[in-house]
Amino acid sequence: MRTPLFDQHLAIGGRMVEFAGWEMPIQYSGILHEHKAVREACGVFDISHMGEFFVSGIGATAWLDGLLTNNLNALPLGHAQYTILLNERGGVIDDLIAYRLEEEKYFLIVNASKIPEDSAWLSQHAVPGVIFEDRSNDFAALAIQGPQAATVFEKLFQRPMPAERNRVEEIESGRSFIATTGYTGEAGFEWVMPANEATTAWQAALHAGATPCGLGARDTLRLEMCYPLNGSDLSPDRTPLEAGLGFFVDLKKPAFTGRDALLAQKASIFPHKLCALRVLDKAPPVRPHYKVYVNGEPVTETTSGALSPSLGYGIAMAYLPPAYSDIGQMVDIEVRDRRFRAQVVKKPFYKKP
Amino acid sequence: MNIPENLRYATSHEWILVEGDTGTVGITDHAQAELTDIVFAEPPAIGKSLKAGDVAAVVESVKAASDIYAPVSGEVIERNEAIEADPSLLNTDPFGAGWIFKIRIADAAELASLKDAAAYREQIGA
Repeated sequence: MRTPLFDQHLAIGGRMVEFAGWEMPIQYSGILHEHKAVREACGVFDISHMGEFFVSGIGATAWLDGLLTNNLNALPLGHAQYTILLNERGGVIDDLIAYRLEEEKYFLIVNASKIPEDSAWLSQHAVPGVIFEDRSNDFAALAIQGPQAATVFEKLFQRPMPAERNRVEEIESGRSFIATTGYTGEAGFEWVMPANEATTAWQAALHAGATPCGLGARDTLRLEMCYPLNGSDLSPDRTPLEAGLGFFVDLKKPAFTGRDALLAQKASIFPHKLCALRVLDKAPPVRPHYKVYVNGEPVTETTSGALSPSLGYGIAMAYLPPAYSDIGQMVDIEVRDRRFRAQVVKKPFYKKP
Repeated sequence: MNIPENLRYATSHEWILVEGDTGTVGITDHAQAELTDIVFAEPPAIGKSLKAGDVAAVVESVKAASDIYAPVSGEVIERNEAIEADPSLLNTDPFGAGWIFKIRIADAAELASLKDAAAYREQIGA
C-alpha cells in the first residue's frame, strides 16, 4: 500500500521500505541528520499509514471505557489520551491515542499494522446506538515535531500553536484535525487531513522549514523516550503492567476487557518487566531479538535496540524476569557471538537538556 | 558518484589500492551511500589471514549490519583505528580517511579478477 505522499517521498530521495504492508520512507537525507533535526529544530513525518477511527453516539464513552484501559470519563473535551486495547488475557492488541471531540464523539489514531485487527475487534464488540467507523483510507496525516514546531505551526496556520500538550482541535468538522501529540518526546503536533489535501500540506510543511523525516528517525526518537512500539515491545502475550504502562491503566474502572487478568497478575509477581538497558561497552548497535544474559545464563531477548543518536551509546528494551529487573542490574547482550555489558536504567533514556 | 581510476573493485563494493605487494582496502562511495549513516566499524585484527571473499570486517549503519569482504587473499598488516573512533569517516571519505585495512597480497594474480573503474561504473549503473 502507498500513502498519498508516495510520489512526494520519491521526489526528495526517500528510500522506501516495506512497513506493515506499506511502502514508507525509512530516510531521506540520513537517519542521524533527521533525528537531530527533530531534537534541535523541526521534522515532519508522513504518518498517513496510521489508522483513523471514529466512535460516536449515545453511550460511546461507556463503550470505549469498557474496551480501553485508560479512563475516558476523566478526559476533558478537546483532549487526547494514550490508552491500550487489550484481549481477554490482558495482552496488548494495540496502543492508541483517543481524542475526545465531543461528549460522545471520539477520534482514535491506531497503529498501521493493527488497523484490520483493531477494526475487527471493535466491530465484534459493537453495541446498539454506538457508531464505529474505520475511516483510515479517507485520511492522510503528518507529525510535525521538534522545538521549532511552534514556528512551523504559525507559518502554516497564521496563529500560535496550542501551548498545552495532548489537545485536539477540529479545523473543519469531521475533515481535519490538529493535535499536540507525538511520538518523539519533542513539542509538536499531528495534523490529520483528507487524503487529497496531503500533498499541499506536506509541501507547506517543508516550505515552513520542517525537515522531512522517515521511519528510521521515528524509531530512534521514540526508543530514546522508551515509547513502546507495538509488535516489538508490546504483544498479545504481554500485559501493559509488564510493559510498564500501568499509568495508562485505570484498574478502578468497574470493568474493561482484560481487567480481571490484570488484577490477577497484580496480585501475584509479574512474570516479566519491560526494562530499559543502557549498553556500557563500546559495542555494535544492539537490535531487536538479540539475546540477553544474566550471570552467563540466557534470560530473554531485546525487543528494540539502537545506537542512540542523541546519547552516543547503545540502548535497548527487553522483558526481564522480576529477579533481574531492578535499576542497576547488570546484564550482557550478545551481538554476533560476543557479549557486551549493559545495565538496567531508569526510563526514559533521553531527557531534554 | 566518485569512482577513482587508480583502484580495483570487487563486485561486493570494496576497493583496493595496490602499492607493491600491499593493498589498502575500503568500501566504495556507492556502498557508503547505500549503507547510509555508518555508526560502527570493526576492522580486522592485524595478522589475520584472509582468503579472497572471506568476511574481513563489519560495518553497521543505524538500520543494518553489513559484511565487508577481502577482495584478495593475504595477511592483514594494518587496521584503520580511526574508523573505530569515528565510523562516519566511511561516509565522508570512503576512498581516503575511511580506509578499513591493509593486506599483504598473497597472490597478485587474483587482482586480475577484480574490476577496473569502468567495469565497476557499469556494474552500479553510474
